[in-house]
Amino acid sequence: MTQTAHLVVTRGTSGDDTHIESYDVPFEPGQSVLDGLRWIRTHHDPSLAFRFSCISANACKECMMLLDGKVIYACTERLTDGEMRVEPLANKTLIRDLVTEIAPPDERL
Amino acid sequence: MRQIETDVVVIGAGGAGMAAAIAASEAGKRSILIDRSLIGRGGATVMAQMTVAAAVGEQTEDHWTHHLKDTLAAGRGLCDERLARLLCEEGVTAIRKLQEWKVGWAAEDGHLKQVQAPGHDRPRCVYVDFLNTGPAVSKTLRTQVIRHDRIRRVGDLYALDIVLRDGAAVGVLCVHLHTGEPVLISAPATIIATGGLTRLYRRNSASLNMSGDGYAMALRAGASLIDMEFVQFFPIGHLAPRLIGMDPIMWDPFRYKLGGRLLNGNREEFTQNYGVADGGRYQITRDQATYAITKEVEAGRGSPAGGAYLSFEHVPEAELRKAFGPIIDKLAKNGIDLTKTAVEVAPIAHYHMGGVRVGVDMETEVPNLYCAGEAVGGANGANRLSGNAITEALAFGFVAGRNAAARAADTGPAGDIAADAAEGLALLQADGPTDAPNSAALVTALQALMQDYVGPFRTAEKLAHALAELRRMKAELGDTPYGSGGTYDSERLDWFDLRTMLVIAEAVTLSAQARTESRGAHQREDHPGLEAAWEVNQVIRLAEGTLSLERLPVIRETVLEAAS
Ligand SMILES: Cc1cc2nc3c(=O)[nH]c(=O)nc-3n(C[C@H](O)[C@H](O)[C@H](O)COP(=O)(O)OP(=O)(O)OC[C@H]3O[C@@H](n4cnc5c(N)ncnc54)[C@H](O)[C@@H]3O)c2cc1C
Ligand code: FES
Repeated sequence: MTQTAHLVVTRGTSGDDTHIESYDVPFEPGQSVLDGLRWIRTHHDPSLAFRFSCISANACKECMMLLDGKVIYACTERLTDGEMRVEPLANKTLIRDLVTEIAPPDERL
Repeated sequence: MRQIETDVVVIGAGGAGMAAAIAASEAGKRSILIDRSLIGRGGATVMAQMTVAAAVGEQTEDHWTHHLKDTLAAGRGLCDERLARLLCEEGVTAIRKLQEWKVGWAAEDGHLKQVQAPGHDRPRCVYVDFLNTGPAVSKTLRTQVIRHDRIRRVGDLYALDIVLRDGAAVGVLCVHLHTGEPVLISAPATIIATGGLTRLYRRNSASLNMSGDGYAMALRAGASLIDMEFVQFFPIGHLAPRLIGMDPIMWDPFRYKLGGRLLNGNREEFTQNYGVADGGRYQITRDQATYAITKEVEAGRGSPAGGAYLSFEHVPEAELRKAFGPIIDKLAKNGIDLTKTAVEVAPIAHYHMGGVRVGVDMETEVPNLYCAGEAVGGANGANRLSGNAITEALAFGFVAGRNAAARAADTGPAGDIAADAAEGLALLQADGPTDAPNSAALVTALQALMQDYVGPFRTAEKLAHALAELRRMKAELGDTPYGSGGTYDSERLDWFDLRTMLVIAEAVTLSAQARTESRGAHQREDHPGLEAAWEVNQVIRLAEGTLSLERLPVIRETVLEAAS
């Protein structure tokens, strides 16, 4: 049974003012926030930036972001019917959209 | 433009890349270890949950020659025997090294525990409980890497092309993901350790970073690839319900310990109709299970998500808990109660036997360009034994690191490589088209094409269709990267990924089309059965934008006779 999540995503790069964009994302119960963000890229806007590697094994720990103000892994958090506010991590330097600088300082360029 | 100079540049920080950097440092050489993701997190190594094969002889008496015999048998006559030997012989040293570094191989009564995986003649596979093998290997190597001052680690750096001077490698052209800026790493020796290609398929156990980047870089640099038709599918990858926080191949250990029944969409046992009664005891081999599930789905008797059911409903809860305690809790969090529900499984792309062609020193046909890990082809022939991949990553990594360090000592600094990289730099800095198609949707389309037409069971018709489509998609993709090349430009990233995935998909398809027989992981429905005349390797090269295939005799070595 398909449901719809209303994802409200904070977008933009450091420097300019960030803005909000909303997307209605159809999903089957059980699908993750990461599934939803990937759906937005393939169906609406491939420029939406977020980072992930392992997709859902929860091994890479790259997909950290804020959901309704709480730190989550996008790949282990489920989509729910209704509004979901997705933002970049607040305590890390913003790169673009949901991507922040998360590498340890001595592993950066 | 940023240019960094070092002795050895290692592309990819999985098991192979980290092992290579450590070995280069132990040989006294500086290295830069780069990854398009985070160091030690981006690839297959950190995702592995099962076992690692090596003849350490702790559970029972063993010798690497026994391991080699099993590896060659699994490879169905196509292994490069020098590489297979290296895997088995050096593998023992590699596993011991990890033990010294306190990886935590499971032990009991004063010896390492070893289990017997299919295809091995005795208990040979070490592991870290519970399902923690890959994370432990990755963490242990990363801890060692950090202890070496000579290794500089840089994440979020995407390698695009090997830079050549007079036909030899002099470093790597990269793009820094956060800024979109080009970065050159100048080095007298370069090691490709970028892992495999399973992201080419819709159903895979891959990470985002397994698009075959290393294969494509090696091809464009003039190296050749071997055995590209052999993609290993894992028959019972998790399909539904959506499972998060776990590796999709996790059901294999469950089947070893508890059996489990394979059922079709009507909840009937079906494998007996394909000649193998499984009887809930896991007797069916990987290729038989893949065939039976695929055919049942084609006949309209699949499970709702398009696979088969795997049921443990008949296993008492106490038994489930005893075998997989913490994992049962993780499943509960996913809303899965194995005593009440069957899960759905289907074949998924899991590993690639083929890859870059190298010698025993891990050097490719391009001077000063080395390769290690899953990116290397040849060691496993037409089929890989369970547990051989991590061993391969570690053993080949150490060997490549040592030899690259020696080469760096002989050759000396590569100097300024900006002029050598001019063509790649121009591409990276080009402005994208304004009317580009959705890049993410193109990736999805490519994955669907490969799954449906170049999957586990192939026919001339399907392969011809795939080839035509791939060429059409290549034309659609064009020669100019999408996007503008700024800060974390996802579309441009997709474009570079697609450039790689399309040429590698074509290499797989062409090799599969030419091989008119069925062997190991390559199954042709229109050419069932093995043919003696096909006991040859296929090698593929890229020249002026065109791929060409050649058949070469398998490299044999008489180590087995010598050792026995
Ligand atoms: C889910 C899963 C479970 C597995 N379980 C087992 C098991 O139990 N036992 C076993 O033996 N094998 C197992 N395998 C196979 C095994 O894990 C791999 O073959 C092995 O880890 C490969 O190691 P590697 O270092 O060659 O590559 P990887 O570990 O894949 O590392 C490659 C690295 O290169 C990076 N990279 C790729 N392209 C670029 C680029 N262009 N620029 C910069 N960096 C790049 C990636 O981000 C990645 O970090 C499993 C594989 C998977 C996917
Ligand atoms: S995508 Fe790897 S932890 Fe979420």
